Amino acid sequence: MAKITYIAADGGARTLDIADGESLMEAALANGVPGIDGDCGGNAACATCHVHVDAAWLMAAGAKSDMEAAMLDFAEGVTADSRLACQIFASPALDGMVVRTPVSQH
Amino acid sequence: MATRAIDFAAMNAGEPPHLAAARAGVYAMPLAEIDMLDTDIWVNDTHWLYFERLRDESPVHYHANGRFGPYWSVTRYADIMAVDTNHAQFSSDAHLGGITAKDMDDDFILPMFIAMDPPKHDIQRKAVSPIVSPGNLANLEVLIRERAQAIFDNLPVGETFDWVDRVSIELTTQMLATLFDFPWEDRRLLTYWSDMATADETVPGNPTKPEREAIMLECLMYFTKLWNERVNAEPTGDLVSMLAHNPATRDMVPMEYLGNLILLIVGGNDTTRNSITGGLQFMMANPGEWAKLRADPSLVENAVSEIIRYQTPLAHMRRTALVDVELGGKQIKKGDRVVMWYVSGNRDERVIAEPNAFKVDRARARQHLSFGFGIHRCVGNRLAEMQLKIVWQEILKRYPQGIEIMGAPGRVPSAFVKGYTSLPVRIPA
Repeated sequence: MAKITYIAADGGARTLDIADGESLMEAALANGVPGIDGDCGGNAACATCHVHVDAAWLMAAGAKSDMEAAMLDFAEGVTADSRLACQIFASPALDGMVVRTPVSQH
Repeated sequence: MATRAIDFAAMNAGEPPHLAAARAGVYAMPLAEIDMLDTDIWVNDTHWLYFERLRDESPVHYHANGRFGPYWSVTRYADIMAVDTNHAQFSSDAHLGGITAKDMDDDFILPMFIAMDPPKHDIQRKAVSPIVSPGNLANLEVLIRERAQAIFDNLPVGETFDWVDRVSIELTTQMLATLFDFPWEDRRLLTYWSDMATADETVPGNPTKPEREAIMLECLMYFTKLWNERVNAEPTGDLVSMLAHNPATRDMVPMEYLGNLILLIVGGNDTTRNSITGGLQFMMANPGEWAKLRADPSLVENAVSEIIRYQTPLAHMRRTALVDVELGGKQIKKGDRVVMWYVSGNRDERVIAEPNAFKVDRARARQHLSFGFGIHRCVGNRLAEMQLKIVWQEILKRYPQGIEIMGAPGRVPSAFVKGYTSLPVRIPA
């Protein structure tokens, strides 16, 4: 279990308790967290669950796969802290993590 | 997505008469005789049954006797996703055949970024993608809405007209002319070139190969004139100016310029056009869904995704295996042609609940295959969704009583462009 906080572009925050192994994309869709589309259902294949991971949590979030990096390469507004939420899976190590969603998924 | 249990009897209850009539024949046919590239099954709209059968009996299926040579059909959602996300093993390269089941002609290769592999694909895609950036789309939305309103304002009331010509083609062609800053009075040339670029010369009535190539070169000449005007002027933000000024594309050879133009013309034209036409049919054939949308217009974006799933305006994309690879228990050999049937994956009973039903409030409607997935995913998907959203918002405002469908649509004889040549409709007086 991990408490994850999503901060929207307008500053609104939502905190979810996410079961171990569930992705941050899946949890966001299931709980109506705005700002995440998840068009490909979790295959790192559309880049519509782009989030910015709070710097303190980047290491804990793990490494990007080649596919994730390739998809982020075409996404809008990508920075060094960009990840796809479908490739970050809840675990006790992520408890307290903060991610920011972009103005729109593109 | 989780795999679902399938109740075929329930799923097919109430299927359209033309499918009910063809069902037994399709299931009696030896699998080896099925060719999904046969244009007849696209014109008579029975391809659904063949795909239903392939998904169940042979989801990764080798057609030894395809119309354009042997090929694999990949028909389930999960297998399509596996191919589409594996660009390292499944190539899009034009020189290996490109991205349609029919090989790109060896002697008339049109290099375009959709038919390239990394790294060149990545560089050229990035040169074009700013035209559909969020900021640019916000500007375009105002313009597209004004133009859509003008098109609807001029439609006849109480008489039958062709929705394809008056609405679907006109709207998408105007949008495309805007993106290219193309001479307005000549804009239907874009429609013509788009149609000709994908016209299969083996289908009667279509231009022959030399005729088609001559038409494509006319397109190149026209656009070369625009390039020459813009390359020495200040950048203006239209697509031609962007290509002429971007370091990644400004030194393209003529055929590469033509290739990327054709990609943008077809990508921005045929697809949305056919979703506009398809959407009207689906909505009017499902009065309960139309009523839901009228009662809750905030469903419009979800409805647009459902229209795009249900239509699947490009039926397939093709890849070529770069290595021997196993898929769905079958051995695909290096060099094999692999066709991902998006139109089939979008009706895959294993992952989509009631896939043959059109539902404006479908849960997770965005998770369709129509835009493809992976690095070749449609670059203009947000523009397409925006145009369709505007169309439906304007229809909702103007025609709460609906639009009457006056006859069957004409269908394009193609296993690639899943589209319509005509649709007679009437706006009730």
